[in-house]
Amino acid sequence: MFPFLRLGPILLQLPGLALLAGVWVGSSLADQEAARLKLKRAAVSNLIFYALLAGIVGARLGYAVRYLSTYLANPLDLLALTPATLSPGAGMVTGVAVAVLFGRRKRLPLRPTLDALAPGLAAFLVGNGMANILSGDAFGSPTSVPWAIYLWDESRHPSQMYGTLAALLVFAIEWKQPLGRPGAGVNFLLVVALSAAARVFLEAFRGDSLIWPGGFRAAQVVGLVVLAASWRLMQAWNPPGLPRPRSGQGRQQA
Amino acid sequence: MISRGSGLITVVLALGGVWTFLSRVPPAATTGGAPPPSPREGFSAPDFTLDLLGGGQLRLSDLRGKAVMVNLWASWCPPCRAEMPTIEKAYEAFQAQGLVVLGVNTTFQDSESDVAAFVEEFGLTFPILLDREGGVSRRYQMRGLPSTFFIDRKGVIRAVVIGGPMSEAVIQSKVEELLGQGG
Repeated sequence: MFPFLRLGPILLQLPGLALLAGVWVGSSLADQEAARLKLKRAAVSNLIFYALLAGIVGARLGYAVRYLSTYLANPLDLLALTPATLSPGAGMVTGVAVAVLFGRRKRLPLRPTLDALAPGLAAFLVGNGMANILSGDAFGSPTSVPWAIYLWDESRHPSQMYGTLAALLVFAIEWKQPLGRPGAGVNFLLVVALSAAARVFLEAFRGDSLIWPGGFRAAQVVGLVVLAASWRLMQAWNPPGLPRPRSGQGRQQA
Repeated sequence: MISRGSGLITVVLALGGVWTFLSRVPPAATTGGAPPPSPREGFSAPDFTLDLLGGGQLRLSDLRGKAVMVNLWASWCPPCRAEMPTIEKAYEAFQAQGLVVLGVNTTFQDSESDVAAFVEEFGLTFPILLDREGGVSRRYQMRGLPSTFFIDRKGVIRAVVIGGPMSEAVIQSKVEELLGQGG
């Protein structure tokens, strides 16, 4: 784990840089995919930009609402560069809401737009895994397996590595587009489904799981629901009766 | 391919359900239980005992049951100087509700006379501890000054802010969060 890099007076937060790299690579790939799917590239790029911006603003406002009197007394503190005062849930909801509104306003078709975002999402998840490796977040449960890493005073499963390898595998599968039909929305759903499946299986090795009543790990239960829902949607968006391209040629065909 | 995959996904979902059931754990098996000591969110704050400026000693674990804000600082550090009046203000505002502020001076890279002058200049009333050997700075993996750790009444770190100066809203919201968590 290597969370910080000091360059003279500047303290670089490497996990943040890994996330930024994920966003940058993801945006570039989404831009290329948008062109390939004959979508308005500028509109897709702007959708990503505004969604990210709204996500950050929403995350800060969501945090500030919880401490309203404090922020009303110090409104300029809304601009503080402190990641600790962001609300991830509020940021996610705001970002998605703005993306939906922007997409509708620019008349971006839903399924092709989702497919344009698919490789970007897969790349971002790899960046997120790298960020976890650097920060030590999403750490594993104590273990004595030979490949355990010593972290936070214990020998633990290298769950960050597991997660990053799974994200790389998802990216590689998405790149091959085994389901074909670019633009039908199923490639985006494939990324979601595979990521959910990976989470269901890898969460068991995490040492920081949120535990629900009955001892169930929350991420596994949510992952199963997301996996089932995304598969159901894939069936609806790509019914079996339709003609299919030869498998494994999705990206090369276009 | 999707129709062919229906069988596969059924198997994956079934295996996932079984795996989810088999990998159930009691809350204590993760950091939802009793976390080990480490200077990061969700872990127990590493314990320490340090000399106080002006005499005496203080042990962190003796403060269990109170919300504690540990601020690592140095007198020559500009952001530390910038945020110290705000920290003092928060201490005065929340002390009665159970907040303890510990100003851990990184004395191994400072001088005690400068520390005393600093405390007088800013009129600090919270305890100032002297990390003469740098042991606490090492245990808290200090990588930048100031570094602030917000510790709840159970001794678990709930937020870490590396760098500064922290704004009034940051300090106040984090302290309110700690105090609101009860015992």
